[in-house]
Amino acid sequence: MLDADFFRRWMTATAASVDREAERLTALDSPIGDADHGSNLQRGFTAVVATLEKEAPDTPGAVLMLAGRQLVSTVGGASGPLYGTLLRRTGKALGDAAEVTEEQFTDALRTGIDAVMALGGAVPGDATMIDALVPAVDALADSFGAAKTAAEEGAVATTPLQARKGRASYLGERSIGHQDPGATSSALLIAALLEAAGE
Amino acid sequence: MSDSTDKLVGIVLVSHSAAVAASVAELARSLAGGGTTAPVAPAGGTVDGGIGTSAELIAAASASVDRGAGIAVIADLGSAVLTVKALLAEGDELPDNTRLVDAPFVEGAVAAVVTASAGADLAAVEAAAVEAYTYRKV
Repeated sequence: MLDADFFRRWMTATAASVDREAERLTALDSPIGDADHGSNLQRGFTAVVATLEKEAPDTPGAVLMLAGRQLVSTVGGASGPLYGTLLRRTGKALGDAAEVTEEQFTDALRTGIDAVMALGGAVPGDATMIDALVPAVDALADSFGAAKTAAEEGAVATTPLQARKGRASYLGERSIGHQDPGATSSALLIAALLEAAGE
Repeated sequence: MSDSTDKLVGIVLVSHSAAVAASVAELARSLAGGGTTAPVAPAGGTVDGGIGTSAELIAAASASVDRGAGIAVIADLGSAVLTVKALLAEGDELPDNTRLVDAPFVEGAVAAVVTASAGADLAAVEAAAVEAYTYRKV
């Protein structure tokens, strides 16, 4: 069973990993975006960890809804509303249970990913965060480790794709050959699940 | 058309740039002509003055133009559009009857402010802003 502490550890581990990888995320965002993905997410997840400590929400759903709301208010780029919606809708789908099963979490995450697709209009193959998240949630039924691998492979697989959404899409074919920064940060988020589980 | 000039639709202009949002607000106000002008508020850039979108500035701008007749929000690109949509989805972040209007930023803002200043309701303001897309220049 996964409790509020698990989800708090998930957010803390994500913040630490975004900190470590911020320069790489921004470097990936430089040729095709506006070179702010790393710093934007760093600011967002730092604020998430601070607000979780301050408000101490006590259910899995409340942790993720608070985290999502914080991302919408602090990021300042498109990743704020996108990651914010992902976490908020996932949290909302978990309801107010004190503990949830891995299966319930998988279903809730799928709801969150659907909400991101509805918000941004991206589908798999558009070279976005969706290309890491969809394979990850599909693999989550097996294990957190399988989800991590699937997300990382999904992120790498955006390299030959032409970006269809966001600023990178203005580059047309010139966006081909660049790994998508959003898919890369999504792989960090999924990898942090494994850390939160202590596996 | 509403019959009460004290309840005008509010207009919020959300841009990645504070200068763009403020300038378009000023342009739209001046083209609205004399008499009563609908409340218009810019929400441009980030809180620290950078390029980007601030949920906080959008919420503050929306509250400042709320006269109880609804609010039309016009946004420029990417994160500006997504942030407004995410705030609307939250339910309690923006005043009741706030709507993201699908319109070109400059032309839509002018159409919205002129129409709102004439006392039109939210649906008419939205229709005027959306219609700005159909004005071809060539």
